[in-house]
Amino acid sequence: MSLHCMRISARSNFVRAGISALGLSVGLALGAGAASAQEVIVGLVTKTEVNPFFVKMRQAAEARAKEKGLKLIARAGKFDGDNEGQVAAIEDLISAGAKGILVTPNNSSGMLDIIKKAREAGVLVIALDTATDPADAVDATFATDNFEAGVQQGTYARKAMGDKKAVVAMLDGTPGGTVDTFRHDGYLKGFGIAEGDPSIAGAAITNGAQDKGQVGMENLLSKNGDINAVYTINEPAAAGAYAALKSFGKESDVMLTSIDGGCAGVRDVKDGKIAATVMQFPHKMASMGVDAVADYAASGKKPSGFVNTGSFLITDKPVDGLESKDTAWGLENCWGD
Amino acid sequence: MTTVIASATDAPRSWKARILGAPSAGPFLVLIAFCVIFAFTNPRFLATHNLSIILQQTVIIGVLAIGQTLVILTAGIDLAVGAICVLGTIVAGKLVNLGYDPVLSMSFAILICTISGLAAGGLVSGLRLPPFIVTLGILGILTAALRLISEGGAFAVRDPFLSWTGNTMKLSGFVITYGVVIMFALYAVVWYFLNETKWGRHVYAIGNNPEAARLVGIPVRRHLMSVYVLAGLIYGIGAWLALGRIPNADPNAMQTANLDSITAVVIGGTSLFGGRGGLIGTLIGALIVGVLRNGLTLAGIDPLWQDLVTGILVIIAVALDQMSRRRR
Repeated sequence: MSLHCMRISARSNFVRAGISALGLSVGLALGAGAASAQEVIVGLVTKTEVNPFFVKMRQAAEARAKEKGLKLIARAGKFDGDNEGQVAAIEDLISAGAKGILVTPNNSSGMLDIIKKAREAGVLVIALDTATDPADAVDATFATDNFEAGVQQGTYARKAMGDKKAVVAMLDGTPGGTVDTFRHDGYLKGFGIAEGDPSIAGAAITNGAQDKGQVGMENLLSKNGDINAVYTINEPAAAGAYAALKSFGKESDVMLTSIDGGCAGVRDVKDGKIAATVMQFPHKMASMGVDAVADYAASGKKPSGFVNTGSFLITDKPVDGLESKDTAWGLENCWGD
Repeated sequence: MTTVIASATDAPRSWKARILGAPSAGPFLVLIAFCVIFAFTNPRFLATHNLSIILQQTVIIGVLAIGQTLVILTAGIDLAVGAICVLGTIVAGKLVNLGYDPVLSMSFAILICTISGLAAGGLVSGLRLPPFIVTLGILGILTAALRLISEGGAFAVRDPFLSWTGNTMKLSGFVITYGVVIMFALYAVVWYFLNETKWGRHVYAIGNNPEAARLVGIPVRRHLMSVYVLAGLIYGIGAWLALGRIPNADPNAMQTANLDSITAVVIGGTSLFGGRGGLIGTLIGALIVGVLRNGLTLAGIDPLWQDLVTGILVIIAVALDQMSRRRR
């Protein structure tokens, strides 16, 4: 008998201690952040927390919201492809009484139902960075034209290579992702070749990560040592590709290009590791989004359609007939530091 | 569990001791504590609409955690939960998009999930491989398989039957989805089998001591097999519920479902070493995670607090289990 009693009391005391410790920590956190009922709330739901692109987006949204006197609640999925997490985030934001929600959808069709519910509840919904399918599922989209960005990357690579016969490697992001497909297809168009062209030596999946970019590039080089043009989905993948090219002693013979405009990527262009990158503007997407919500809260006016937040080719070796900025400009305007 | 403890004591215990002694009492108090805290910080938290949202958000992990609980009760662990569930969504979605009958497509998808469970159970009980290794292997196989089937991409699934579980109904002023009803029904049915049948008692017995269970004549292998098959079936139903919440099949989805379901089970007081715990605790564990996330968002607090608090809860839960084991 005594044993059981001991167990029960030990247990409940421990539970009580645990609860009060948790209560304390949560209470402290809540005290700092409790919302007042009058504030206009703007929600931001990014794909993940950790990608510097989304970190920049969040910082810019926070700064702009503060300027405009709005309260920003930022949420994110846990990983690329966490549709459930993003849907739950939007549900929570509707419950919180958000006036507008800015979302970078994980995939173009996963969010449609919850976006519809949000709009029916009178919430302004703007897609940032990635368009939905159909695009008019949201009120408006503020994003890089990723196909156009891909075209710029491909066009530069082709022009910069002159008449050299190209052997192309594709370092893709996550297969099937909307942004990835646009950039991939854009590159091929800009390069002037079609999917399945014999000059494409192979493709690898990088998930936009440096380590996987390196492994993918190593394998593709083992398969075909003649590769002399490399498409990369983003700058981390390009950094991985560069490391592989270097270990094969091929870093100076290969046209390595990318997209993103992160500060690390621009520095890689400056150092000659990457020939050119296409800069996009996450802070512009975010602050334009917050402005739109502020407008909507004040006047009921909603934006509509696709708003291209622009992209610029960054390189120190410009080619004729293609507009570009140098890395000095790039370092002033990059994101992620 | 309560009855066993009660009969072992000399004197009848007070209602207070009984409630505090129930395995799910601790988690329940934690759940209530969080609800009280969040109700104070934002009045919207207790709005019926918001409470209904929390239930809807708990549906997928809540149901997957039923299967996970069964496996953990046998002292196993299932790392293929999310992959099997995603497989279900992709198979059903693909078939319907190819023009097959939706009811048949969903049934076939659930069958495939059940077969995945059968494979896991067969390897665990037949070849006596550790469940961790078996389900890790199945996770890899299925992740690759479903990327091959879906050709890497996510696709929309537009079918009224497949998304039916996301439709809403009114329950005395409370708007909930059919998915929520199915979740509670599944908990009730599996709870009955686990607590009121010989099959259920044998699950606990095997988890406590498989060798002793074998010696008293329980067909341990066949029994383990049945647990994994049932878990696979439940993951298949989970796939239907997932399609109701998000009419979209995405091979990259549910990467954290394994850990999320294990978290719900552990916070709910079920022992990772098998044989102790139960489904009521798991349901409460899943709700705690949902309440935390929702409440912190409503208060405008960084969601990373959710992970932090959840992590603390997991450690407390396992510590409690260890302490009570040592004292026994």
